[in-house]
Amino acid sequence: MLKNKLSRVFDTPNKKAFICFLTAGDPTADCTVEYILEMERAGADLVEIGIPFSDPTAEGVIIQDANIRALKGGMTTDGVFEIVRRVREKSRIPLAFMTYANPVFHYGYDSFFTKCEQLGVDAVIIPDMPYEEKQEMEGPANAHNVAVISMIAPTSEDRTREIASEAKGFIYVVSSLGVTGVRSEIKTDLGAIVESIRRVTDVPCAVGFGISTPEQARRMAAVSDGAIVGSAIVKLIARYGEQAGPEIYKYVKSMKAAVAECKEDIPDQRG
Amino acid sequence: MSRGRYGNHGGQYVSETLMNELIRLEESYEHYKKDPDFIRELNTLLNEYAGRPSLLYYAEKMTKDLGGARIYLKREDLNHTGSHKINNVLGQALLAKKMGKTRIIAETGAGQHGVATATAAALLGLECEIYMGKEDTERQALNVYRMELLGARVHPVITGTQTLKDAVNECMREWTNRVDDTLYVLGSVMGPHPFPMIVRNFQSVISREARQQILEKEGKLPAAVVACVGGGSNSMGMFWNFIGDQDVELIGCEAAGKGVDTALTAATIATGSPGIFHGMKSYFCQDEYGQIAPVYSISAGLDYPGIGPEHAYLHDIGRAQYVPVTDDEAVDAFEYIARTEGIICAVESAHAVAHVRKIAKNYSPDQSIIICLSGRGDKDVAAIARYRGVEIHD
Repeated sequence: MLKNKLSRVFDTPNKKAFICFLTAGDPTADCTVEYILEMERAGADLVEIGIPFSDPTAEGVIIQDANIRALKGGMTTDGVFEIVRRVREKSRIPLAFMTYANPVFHYGYDSFFTKCEQLGVDAVIIPDMPYEEKQEMEGPANAHNVAVISMIAPTSEDRTREIASEAKGFIYVVSSLGVTGVRSEIKTDLGAIVESIRRVTDVPCAVGFGISTPEQARRMAAVSDGAIVGSAIVKLIARYGEQAGPEIYKYVKSMKAAVAECKEDIPDQRG
Repeated sequence: MSRGRYGNHGGQYVSETLMNELIRLEESYEHYKKDPDFIRELNTLLNEYAGRPSLLYYAEKMTKDLGGARIYLKREDLNHTGSHKINNVLGQALLAKKMGKTRIIAETGAGQHGVATATAAALLGLECEIYMGKEDTERQALNVYRMELLGARVHPVITGTQTLKDAVNECMREWTNRVDDTLYVLGSVMGPHPFPMIVRNFQSVISREARQQILEKEGKLPAAVVACVGGGSNSMGMFWNFIGDQDVELIGCEAAGKGVDTALTAATIATGSPGIFHGMKSYFCQDEYGQIAPVYSISAGLDYPGIGPEHAYLHDIGRAQYVPVTDDEAVDAFEYIARTEGIICAVESAHAVAHVRKIAKNYSPDQSIIICLSGRGDKDVAAIARYRGVEIHD
C-alpha cells in the first residue's frame, strides 16, 4: 500500500472527487503556479500537471496546442519540478503528473521519481504505458511512494480484471474511444465498466476524456468516484491567457459543486 | 517484460484503448500466416499483380567504374507502385480483409506507402484514408492526387512539424477513435508489436529472393548487402534472410541530411539515444529532456526521428552496421546511377548507392555486394532539379 496524499482525494465513502488538469508552462510557469492554487481554492481534490511533450498522441487538438505553447515558452521537465516546488510553498493539495513515457524514461526513472517524492507528487498518469509495459516504471515509482495510475478504456473488456486487480491510487476510466477533448455526448456504458472494476478492487475510479459541462461531470461522478476534466480548462487558459485565474476559479467551483451534489446511482459493492 | 522485444527494444507502448486490437491483430496474423488460402492469395497478388519476383540485376558498368566488388541491384523499384512498400501493404490489406475490417488508414512521408496502401485498398475494396504531413503534401502534390485517383482520402496533417512523424501521430489518434472497423496499415518495421514483426515478415520476400538469386548467379553469398534506413522496412526485408549468414555484412544507410554534426539530420543511430516513442522502445533523435527532435533529410521517406526496434537490436549486438549518408552524397549518387546504369532510383535508395560508391573498391572482384534499390525516382526528379538550382515548369 502506497502511503501518500492520494488516499485523501477519495477519503470519505460518498465523497466524489473533482480532478483538474492543466499543462505546465501554458502560458507561463507563473500562471501555472497561480492556476493550480486557484483550482485548490475552488475545491479541486487533485490537480494533474501535464509535463509537455512534443508528440502527445493521446491528446486532441486543444491539449496538443497547449503542449506546443508550453514547449515554445521553454518549459522543461526541470521547469515543471520548479513549478511544483513553488506550489508546495503554499499548498498541500494532492498532485499528479500526466505525461508520456519518453520524458520520464529519458530523465531516468529513479531521478524522476526521487524528485516526485521530494516534492510530494503522488502519482503519474502515462497514457502510452499500458499494463504490459508499466512494470519497468512502477518499480522505481513505488519505491518512491509514487503511484503509476492504471487506465481502463471502453475497449479493455477482458483486460479490465487484471488491470484493476493490480491498480494503485485510483483507476483512470477512459470515457470514450479516441483522444482527449470536449465531447457533446458520452455514449459508453461507464456504469457497467465501473461495476466490473468494483468486483475486483476497492481502488477508486475516476472518469475522464470528453467531460466539460457540470451535467456531464455529475453523470460521470454518479457512476464512479470522481470526474477528471482537462481540455475544457485548457480551453479557458488558451482563451484568457495570463488572465485565466478568475475564469478557472469560477469553472472549477461550478464543476466541483455539480460533482459533489450527485448521488451514487449504482449499488456500492465495496467493502 | 511484454511481447515483441528485440533485446531491450520494441514492446507495446500505446494507449490502453489500442491494446486489445493489437492483441487481436497478432492473433489474426499468427493464424493467417499458416493458412494455405491466405498464403496462396498473397502469393498470387505478389506475383500476378505486384510483379514479383523482382530482378537481381548485375550492374556491370557500375562494377567496372567502381573497381572492386561485383555490384548487384535488387530491383524493388520495378514493383507495381514503384517501391518495396507494396510487399507489406498487400499482406496487411489482405489481413485486414480477413479480419473483417472495412477501412484501412496509413501514414505516408514521400507518398510511396500512401500510394501503395491506396492501391491495395482499391484492389481489395477497402475504404482508405491517408495521413500526410502538410509540408509533405506540398512537396509531393502529385502523389496526393495519385492517391485520390485511387479512391483514397488524403488528410494533410497540420500538427507539429507537419511531416512523417506527425502523420504517424495522427494515424495513432485516428485508430484510437475507430478501432472496430479500421486497421492501421503501418508502413515500416516500427511502432508497437506486432507491427515490426509483421512488416519485417512481409518484406522478407526481398532477401528470400535475393539470397537465392545471388547463389544462382555467383554460386556463393554476397560479401555485403546494403540498403537505406528510415524506419527501416526495405533494409530489414533485405537483411532478414542473411542475418544467419555471419560472413555477409549488413549495412544500413541513414539519412545524414546536411551532416551528423548539424541539427539538420535524420541519422538516428549516429545521433540518437534510447527512448520510447510511437509505441516502441528504440533509438530516437531527441533533446536532453526527451522531446522528439525535428529531423531533416532531402528524402521525405527517410525523414523520420526513429528507427525500427529490430534495427536498434542488430546495431546493439554488432550484427548490422549503420552509416550516415548526406544529402550531397545521395544526390550525387542519384545522378551517378542514372548516367551509369540508366536507372532513376528513389533518392532514399540513392543513399545506399552512395555508400557503395565509397566501399566497393575495398572488396575483390570475386566478391559481390547487393544494393536494395527500394524505389524508383520519378517522384524525386523535381526535388533534385531544385537542389541543383534548375527551374522546371510543368
